[in-house]
Amino acid sequence: MLKINDLHVHYGGIHAVKGVSLSIPRGSVVTLIGANGAGKSSIIRSIAGLVKGAKGEVLLTRHEGDQPVQLLGQPAENMVRSGIALSPEGRRILPHLSVAENLQLGAWCREDKDGIAKDIEMVYDLFPRLRERSWQKGGTLSGGEQQMLAVGRALMSQPDLVMLDEPSLGLAPILVREIFDIIRHINEQGKTVLLVEQNAFAALSIADYAYILEVGSVVLEGPGKDMLKNPKVREAYLGG
Amino acid sequence: MTLELFLQHFFNALTLGSLYGLIAIGYTMVYGILRLINFAHGDILMLGAYFVFYGTTLFCLPWPIAVVVAIIGSAVLGVLMDKIAYRPLRDAPRISALISAIAVSFFLESLAVVVFTGLPRPVHQPEWLVSIITIGGARLMPLTLLVPGVTAILVAGLLYIVYHTKPGLAMQAISKDIETTRMLGVPVDKIIALTFAIGSALAAASGIMWALRYPQIHPYMGVFPGFKAFIAAVFGGIGSIQGAVIGGLLLGFIEIMTVAFFPDLSGYRDAFAFILLVVVLLVKPTGLFGEKLKEKI
Repeated sequence: MLKINDLHVHYGGIHAVKGVSLSIPRGSVVTLIGANGAGKSSIIRSIAGLVKGAKGEVLLTRHEGDQPVQLLGQPAENMVRSGIALSPEGRRILPHLSVAENLQLGAWCREDKDGIAKDIEMVYDLFPRLRERSWQKGGTLSGGEQQMLAVGRALMSQPDLVMLDEPSLGLAPILVREIFDIIRHINEQGKTVLLVEQNAFAALSIADYAYILEVGSVVLEGPGKDMLKNPKVREAYLGG
Repeated sequence: MTLELFLQHFFNALTLGSLYGLIAIGYTMVYGILRLINFAHGDILMLGAYFVFYGTTLFCLPWPIAVVVAIIGSAVLGVLMDKIAYRPLRDAPRISALISAIAVSFFLESLAVVVFTGLPRPVHQPEWLVSIITIGGARLMPLTLLVPGVTAILVAGLLYIVYHTKPGLAMQAISKDIETTRMLGVPVDKIIALTFAIGSALAAASGIMWALRYPQIHPYMGVFPGFKAFIAAVFGGIGSIQGAVIGGLLLGFIEIMTVAFFPDLSGYRDAFAFILLVVVLLVKPTGLFGEKLKEKI
């Protein structure tokens, strides 16, 4: 569904992503694992059109048999129209708007009022705590609730590909498990998932395929289950 | 002071304050979204007044049509101003856009001098607006009641747009986090253009009412109302629409009432506003309704 070929990202003099190539097949969960500064977020933000001066190819094939479309160079506001949604790092909830308004913004590109209302209900079913808080301002939610809202907001545009940037960051272990259960559920609903994580164990457990990044390059790749058993990965990311 | 006289001052203050508030909204909306003080805002007010003047004299349009044309024309000018002078600087340091705003202001004033000449022109006040009526002993012009009324309607309409429509939701979102809003698919530049259009339309409306109230127009007529409204916006808390309106009203009352109760100080009338600005910036820089600076991380 998405193919990245030889992606380079420069920030000033820093070469943050050095020729990364990835493949994200339709219906799969693909994860990018790596330490801080490995370039994971830069890759995801390049796909979203948020990085100026990213070079290489990001090719989207929305439906089987379509001509692939180059996403690099397109403005960020086109992303959701291409069927891609991002739950960004740090959640980026709009703190002065209510939970319901945050969700409505996620559905900005849609005109079907009934469908939007139905999908808001769908998000509330997924995260019952958001329903209780639907009139509360985003800024008053706890970190875990904000993360749920960020994921829910990403789903509101009915994306084919959901990109999640560090969804477990700063969450209590019980919430981490809840978030990962939801990610698996979203994938079972037919959505393709690109997951960026520092929590390597949880991410590899649900991933069909994983890429391990170190200082801007892919150093290892393979199916998630294999990676869990890989001695190098165990040593570097899973605590031996 | 007699009650009648007080009422007269009261309505004068209400009129002046409404105008300040209406102009202040334009400053506060643009600031809320772009963190930019649009110094050319007062000059849009001037152009709005000129459009009506030439619409009614040169093109012999009836008043209501001239007003509508002037407001639409000013809104278009506001959008052009953003597109030409501010949008190319969106990613530049904030000071660049600010300097650009000062340039736009000088440009519009100079252009007006060239096109309309610097001579002040008298504005014809429709008879029914200025014929004195007596309410409760106070001698008032219908205009003094019309201005707050029109302002109230415009502010209500604006609040409806901002808090109950989809573009309004986008404006609120942009004011906090442009990148995230863009990522959600909102055409940010279009929403910003809409903000300039609304702010400029309100400036034109206040310019027209200003010209009726003080029936003379000249290329620099927007400068002082612009400064005062800017002060009102800071006083109310820049970025807040309600703050702009309340700040404007309070400034109007402070100016009129000080002069009314202390006639000796009337020469210092304009100074009050600037003293107020200094005091607000020293004591409570975020104004009455300003955003709190503290943010949850």
